[in-house]
Amino acid sequence: MSKYVPKLPELKKEFDEKPSVLKGDYSAREWWDIPVEFRDGNWCFPGKSEVLEDLGFANPRKWAATDDDWQLPAGWQKTISDGLQSRLKKYRSLKLFLDSCVRCGACADKCHFFLGTGDPKNMPVVRAELLRSVYRHDFPLVEKILKGFSGSRKLTEAVIKEWHMYFHQCTECRRCSVFCPFGIDTAEITMMVRELLNLVGVNNNWILAPVSNCNRTGNHLGIEPHTFVQNINSLVEDIEDLTGVAVEPTFNRKGAEVLFVTPSGDVFGDPGVYTMMGYLLLFHHIGLDYTISTYASEGGNFGMFTSNDMMKKLNAKMYHEAKRLGVKWILGGECGHMWRVVHQYMNTMNGPADFLQVPVSPITGTRFTNASATKMVHIAEFTADLIYHNKLKLDPKRNDHLRTTFHDSCNVARGMGMFEEPRHVLRNVCNSFHEMPEDTIREKTFCCGSGSGLNAEENMENRMRGGFPRANAVKQVKERHKVDSLVTICAIDRASLPPLMKYWNPGVSVYGLHELVGNALVMQGEKRRTTDLRENTMAGFEDGGDDEE
Amino acid sequence: MKKVFMPLVMVAILALIPFVGVQYAGLSYLFGVIIPYTAIVVLLAGFLLRLADWLRRPVPFRIPTTCGQEKSLEWIKYDRFESPHRFWEVAARVLFEVLFFRSLFRNTKAEIHKDANLAYGSHKWLWFGGLAFHWSLLIIVLRHSRFFFPMVPGFTDLLSHVDGFFDVTLPTFYITDAVVLVAITFLVFRRLNDAKMRLISLQTDYFPLFLIAAIVVVGVFMRYLTRLDIMPVKDQMLRLVNFSVDAPGDIGALFYVHLFLVSVLAIYFPFSKLMHAGAIFLSPTRNQCNNSREKRHINPWNTAIKFRTYAEYEDDYREKMKKAKLPIEKQ
Repeated sequence: MSKYVPKLPELKKEFDEKPSVLKGDYSAREWWDIPVEFRDGNWCFPGKSEVLEDLGFANPRKWAATDDDWQLPAGWQKTISDGLQSRLKKYRSLKLFLDSCVRCGACADKCHFFLGTGDPKNMPVVRAELLRSVYRHDFPLVEKILKGFSGSRKLTEAVIKEWHMYFHQCTECRRCSVFCPFGIDTAEITMMVRELLNLVGVNNNWILAPVSNCNRTGNHLGIEPHTFVQNINSLVEDIEDLTGVAVEPTFNRKGAEVLFVTPSGDVFGDPGVYTMMGYLLLFHHIGLDYTISTYASEGGNFGMFTSNDMMKKLNAKMYHEAKRLGVKWILGGECGHMWRVVHQYMNTMNGPADFLQVPVSPITGTRFTNASATKMVHIAEFTADLIYHNKLKLDPKRNDHLRTTFHDSCNVARGMGMFEEPRHVLRNVCNSFHEMPEDTIREKTFCCGSGSGLNAEENMENRMRGGFPRANAVKQVKERHKVDSLVTICAIDRASLPPLMKYWNPGVSVYGLHELVGNALVMQGEKRRTTDLRENTMAGFEDGGDDEE
Repeated sequence: MKKVFMPLVMVAILALIPFVGVQYAGLSYLFGVIIPYTAIVVLLAGFLLRLADWLRRPVPFRIPTTCGQEKSLEWIKYDRFESPHRFWEVAARVLFEVLFFRSLFRNTKAEIHKDANLAYGSHKWLWFGGLAFHWSLLIIVLRHSRFFFPMVPGFTDLLSHVDGFFDVTLPTFYITDAVVLVAITFLVFRRLNDAKMRLISLQTDYFPLFLIAAIVVVGVFMRYLTRLDIMPVKDQMLRLVNFSVDAPGDIGALFYVHLFLVSVLAIYFPFSKLMHAGAIFLSPTRNQCNNSREKRHINPWNTAIKFRTYAEYEDDYREKMKKAKLPIEKQ
């Protein structure tokens, strides 16, 4: 495993020795007295100068979080304080969330990073107080009379370091906001603080490099058009080898009915590519008239983890391309934060999409009225509708070699409310599905620990700690129901859960929902299939076996 | 534990001020007329200004926290109150929060068990304590309306009657008096009892609890122990309600302590976390429909940005696109 994470027994020992959720003794201390310590495994490398220059971002330089001097630009205090003021004017959410917290503590043990680190500053309430304490300093009247009364403090370089540390130990998953009696959403605060930090050049290369790539090439991985096509075509060959069916995706084709957009991880990364193969099989199976764009070749949006303007800039490509190609509507692949952006931001930022039509499934005739303005449908909604109307020929036995559980991705769960569609699909494509414990699924789902651009290798210890609650829930169904397959509908999950499982629950593999759909689809003209899409032998379909229907 | 001790001292000093002021300096006019008027003006104006200050800021995005199934396909039942789709469903969601603390009801407690296993237990004490505290305060405030009307209104009578169900003392014992004191004690002790709560609590969290506790204790004292003659109190309150600035009659100093502490609470209210009373109605994660794909939400300041257009992209990659047999716009 990575050199940036302690061995599992060491981490387990820590939990055994300090079984309390809050780790450490803070009896004589206040949280603001506790220094910030950057060490191997708990921070992400900063944005490279060329990336910052490419994006026109502030303060390009060579630095590391472990440096004493972060080389903040002259007048950085004013930049931050003006930046905060202007955001307070633009966002009622920010102002309200800074004003209304009563520190009741309901959120304290809801954060996966807190449960994994036991660090008091990872309690959502304290995370927000990191900003709130500075915000309150702008109203120092009471403070002057009664020092320490309202817990306010000056903006210093130490505060910036603390922000950098703890607003990169928040994955904007919104779990705390479910439990908050005022709905205070730490994701909102984290988004704002990351914007502020970017103004003074305090940043994360694992976020900014994909942002810059996406701007230039159309996708986070920086895949240029010809390579993008090549990659998908190699998947097409794999599909033909495995199934004997030649699927025929088209690229940048004008006049297609549907534009399909999915995270580029599905095109390039393992195990995302198997999910991509699932999509391709599905579209071929139903004869969908669709095209894939090399220009709008990214569903995900790391702009969301940078600034709202950047989110808008990267997202704008989807509508721009849909308009150019003259499609009727857009179909979106499996991704978490992509769907937060599409569901809650896209139409507001880059709409109205009046050049598109209300999405109608060409196979079932279902009008997706819930997407009548944004005109973009989630693939799980689309497939669930197909299955409901009996339009797919499925053999769930082909997934009998997998015992599955389902991980609700944070953004799809708490920023969209899509719980039943993927479950409906999953139940119809496999025979063994067991839910994780109730407090760890649906709206209470736990993040993979690497969301919102924290998936960097050098951040491994944080990721394994942040993912601990999720991994632990998987472990429980693994022990109880022999679950060995974790199914998700998120590209970041598909990238981040495999190392998490390898660390905490060896033997559990990670699947995209549509990979299982692809396994189960009985294609017209297919050859006898003995293996699934990743060439693992399917139970009951082995060579020579005779129990195929 | 300076942050617990300081607010306690502050409340004690605040309680002494009117006592000394009235008992020894004869400032009953200041404490009986000027300060209460000031307090009510500050409370009302302050509360409204804070609300207006929030309301004038735009809500650029539709960002409900969805705690239940979205409305999507017809055959999937959606969760009206956790993922509301219509106005009345949102209104109900907010009311559930305001009246019954819906989200606190979800509360769980995480524990680390043997072999690094996480367990979550239902943990409704905060919900229960908070509900008991807020509801008894509300009933107590409503009960006090008897002081502000020449004829005691019907609902006050009814409320007092129900509240005085356990008619065990003279004057009638009100259940809410006991409940609120128990609830405050719980709310203070839960902040002291748990290491996490001790860390997150600020002086501003203890102060209002102590202040309200002092108000209740003084009130209880007057009612059950010193048996304050309430007729002059009612006369004085009626005068205040009628915007009279006449000097108050002869009332015990304890009453002025009660009234002064209430005035302090009223003045403190708009500048403090107590404004959560207004904020809870406005929270954008709770008071918006989850229908952003169905109905376009308008951002009044939607920043104009320049994005990289397809034409620019094609200009950069035209040759490579040609080689890959991708259709292009310009040769």
